Amino acid sequence: MRNYRSIFGNVDWVIILLYLLLVFIGWINIYAAVYNEEHHSIFDISQRYGKQLLWIGLALILAFIILLFDGQFFTSFAFPIYAGMLLLLIAVLLFGTEIKGARSWFKIGSFAIQPSEFAKFATGLALAKYLSTLNIKMEKVKTKLLASVIIGLPAALILLQNDTGSTLVYVAFIFVLYREGLSGNVLLVGIFTAILFVLSLILRIQSFNFWNVELSGDKLLIIILAMFAAISIYITKKIKKLWLIISAIFILSAGLVFSVDYIFENVLSPHQSKRINVLLGIESDPHGAGYNVNQSLIAIGSGGSTGKGFLEGTQTKFNFVPEQSTDFIFCTIGEEWGFIGTFFLIAAYLVIFLRLLFLAERQRSMFSRIYGYSVASILFFHFLINIGMTIGLAPVIGIPLPFISYGGSSLWSFTILLFIFVKLDSERLLVLR
Amino acid sequence: MNLSNRKFIVGLIFLLIGIIYIIRLFNVQVLNDKYKLDSDNNVMREIIQYPARGLIYDRNGELLVYNEAAYDLMVVPKLVKEIDTLDFCKLFEIQIDEFREKFSKAKNYSRYKPSTFLKEISSISYANIQEQLFKYPGFYVQTRTLRKYPRNSAAHILGYIGEVNQSTIDNRPYYKSGDYIGKSGLEYSYEKLLRGTRGVKRVLVDVHNREKGSYQNGVMDTMAVTGTVIYTTIDIVLQEYGELLLQNKKGSIVAIEPKTGEILSLVSAPDYDPNMLVGRAVKKNYPILSKDTLNPLFNRAIMAKYPPGSIFKTVQAMIGLQAGVISENSSFACNKSFVGCHNHPTATNVSASVKMSCNPYYYNVFRRIIQQKRVKSIFKDSELGLSIWSKQVKKFGFGRRLETDFPGIKSGFVPDVPFYNKWYGEGRWAFSTIYSLSIGQGELGVIPLQMANLSATIANNGYYYVPHFIKTIDKIDGIPAIYTKKHSIEIDKKYIDIVTQGMYGVVYEPGGTARRARIHDSIIVCGKTGTAQNPHGEDHSVFIAFAPKDNPQIAIAVYVENAGGGGRWAAPIASLMIEKYLTDSIAIRNKPKEQLILETNFLAAGKP
Repeated sequence: MRNYRSIFGNVDWVIILLYLLLVFIGWINIYAAVYNEEHHSIFDISQRYGKQLLWIGLALILAFIILLFDGQFFTSFAFPIYAGMLLLLIAVLLFGTEIKGARSWFKIGSFAIQPSEFAKFATGLALAKYLSTLNIKMEKVKTKLLASVIIGLPAALILLQNDTGSTLVYVAFIFVLYREGLSGNVLLVGIFTAILFVLSLILRIQSFNFWNVELSGDKLLIIILAMFAAISIYITKKIKKLWLIISAIFILSAGLVFSVDYIFENVLSPHQSKRINVLLGIESDPHGAGYNVNQSLIAIGSGGSTGKGFLEGTQTKFNFVPEQSTDFIFCTIGEEWGFIGTFFLIAAYLVIFLRLLFLAERQRSMFSRIYGYSVASILFFHFLINIGMTIGLAPVIGIPLPFISYGGSSLWSFTILLFIFVKLDSERLLVLR
Repeated sequence: MNLSNRKFIVGLIFLLIGIIYIIRLFNVQVLNDKYKLDSDNNVMREIIQYPARGLIYDRNGELLVYNEAAYDLMVVPKLVKEIDTLDFCKLFEIQIDEFREKFSKAKNYSRYKPSTFLKEISSISYANIQEQLFKYPGFYVQTRTLRKYPRNSAAHILGYIGEVNQSTIDNRPYYKSGDYIGKSGLEYSYEKLLRGTRGVKRVLVDVHNREKGSYQNGVMDTMAVTGTVIYTTIDIVLQEYGELLLQNKKGSIVAIEPKTGEILSLVSAPDYDPNMLVGRAVKKNYPILSKDTLNPLFNRAIMAKYPPGSIFKTVQAMIGLQAGVISENSSFACNKSFVGCHNHPTATNVSASVKMSCNPYYYNVFRRIIQQKRVKSIFKDSELGLSIWSKQVKKFGFGRRLETDFPGIKSGFVPDVPFYNKWYGEGRWAFSTIYSLSIGQGELGVIPLQMANLSATIANNGYYYVPHFIKTIDKIDGIPAIYTKKHSIEIDKKYIDIVTQGMYGVVYEPGGTARRARIHDSIIVCGKTGTAQNPHGEDHSVFIAFAPKDNPQIAIAVYVENAGGGGRWAAPIASLMIEKYLTDSIAIRNKPKEQLILETNFLAAGKP
């Protein structure tokens, strides 16, 4: 029970230092991104960099407060916090303000706060609480169903706010469920579906000619799938009833290929379909949907190996890259710090992710472990989409880069998310299970 | 199932994505140079500095063409805020539909780059617009220059400029969309000198195209070089006078300084005011001009192919004398059984035949030139004779394109052996088939410039310089060598003297056909009339002349369509031109002649 009273006793300094480092990197790059000679002081509160410093200060206070709590508090109040967040999400739908097409903000004076950011840690807590309950087995259908509801409720509410990006983040919980026993096949099916979807998107606009027979790309894809299915059935004919499963897979795949058109034109909104098309190179639209990615790639690419230097980025300084202090902050880093900068940033994130996995695995409490996985997965998912989008490997989905992007809500929510786990981890020796 | 192994799979996925991103970044940032260039293009804008086009002067330093500032209204669609469209349309005097169309066109081109919204706003409207422009963010004015022609004259010679077309942009890398280029006349011929060189200013701009300063402190900027000034050989006073004389007539006047080949004036009537084809007015005026049945855009002086008529007898006489088939005192009776003639005494020598323009005389001269009885067959003999003749005629500059500094010039036509062989069949034609050439009719085609050149050649006693318009080029010594090269017609001076004597007789001796060409005693004019037969109507009136006889300063050809005899109309016009050029004025005794010419209108009669 040593250091029980000490607030910083047993905390993981690696994570905290990396957190401080990233927050600092974020701050100076926001300064570079919106740099303006008339307001050259980095502490100028009228500019975004001045404000970000304020948010950082408040975030540190928030982190300190979280460390003051007893870890047991989060375990006990996981469901009430979750329920509270759901109410907030409903409230924002009713009374919120619309900013950039998403009704996901509460406006208090000149400040705007985004409840959907805070729903992430609440969902993580609730999921951890539910899955760590005695006699819960992942294999059970009921468990899967209830876990899906816990994840799905906030996701659905956020989707109703018209904030597709934040909704997608909830996909990250797949990693948590997988670690807790969800069949790996789910991951495989997901990957297979994604590949099939992309393939049929690319192929459906092409046509092939074999011995004077015109074949559209998606029909060719189905023929190839049928051939694969036939061969697999032939090879595995000794295994009973496997042919049924293979046939079912084939029929579902064919159905997916045929429904791509429908999904593309009716389920996705036009700008979403367009972004996907641009990403896959089906459409080229350097001034419209492709503009952001194109300019972002130019910014990052023109940084070269060592970068143009701090405040020397022409792409970002002259506003070619949109949203450069928020969603496209990575461009500023890429342009001004070059490959050296981006390499170290990605390395820093990887260290955080792997460190979080390591910390989660050493927990004796199942609750802490599951929550730890939630933190790692959510941060990873943001990293995956945000950086992927700036380098043209992911569709343009506006979600922030953790700890770096400008914005109070996101910084505070990531801080809360992370520091609850830091607190839980510091008390790992006190809990038995 | 041991779930704790799954931590490795999750960790592996995290690591894998990180590595993929690092590889991608290495590729984009280190291996690939494409983006570096793109980023330069993004922030660097080249601002074109348009040079002023070169001025054009006449031979006496009178200004013929200069530049006037005009203003293009430019728009950057991205910067356009909500504006009062109605007010805007009123200010710029455009329709609201036109506004929408132009604006969406600009938007389609680029939302960030400027495009031309309205072209060539006059300086007067600009003053008014400038005060109110601040109300319309995104719109600004770019200065350009327009050509101006202070003398309202010499439209055919000066030509006009217009925007480059796509094929020019594709084939000549200097030109960019929206550039101006000489389309005809001297503007076309001397395009390279006149246009100057564009300058480029490189500036850094942000995404809204706002200037942020010069690129690398301007070390890569180039200054625009103003177009070169050129001095032409035109005497604008004479040119204007020629245009005045030919008003209400169809035809042309070409005057050349024989000693140099410099074109003093080149009139084609009807013509047009060069200011009609400037800037925005082109769109309105060009169709009007090109649909006009009198064809004012057609430069008759260099494009119209006419039968030369009797002026060609001078050529036949010189060739006959040089070939030795006639002598100075050869005499042929005026036998009208083959070709018609007017009544006159028998020409007893070559000079008299020129003076009286006896058709049967030249029928005989030409028969001797063609049929020299070198071979037995009359057909072969004619073939041989014609081939020698047509070679000789081409030495006069007929039947080939004079390499002058002017676009669109025609070559005219001198028939030769292959032509007739094709027309009639080999061995199926002889002198009797082609004799109308003898008096400048038949298949012969000559442009007025070639007629003036013939006059200059006789004045020079046997040589000519290719007629040209360039006198001096600013900052360049001399003019292209092709204009200082003597072209000899290979006729001995003594034979040319005989013809000159005849041309003197035309004007001054009894029985001469152009006594109206006299000016006064101190200026001796030599000339030759022609009446080109025209199957479609009244004959064309032709006259060539040079003066003064002993030291020719000017050689001239006048061609008036559907006017009748050469002595009646073309000759007095030529004499007035010569007088104007040599004495700068018209003597009182010649005023009635001038009055008559000015009052005559052949167009009214010619029109149905």
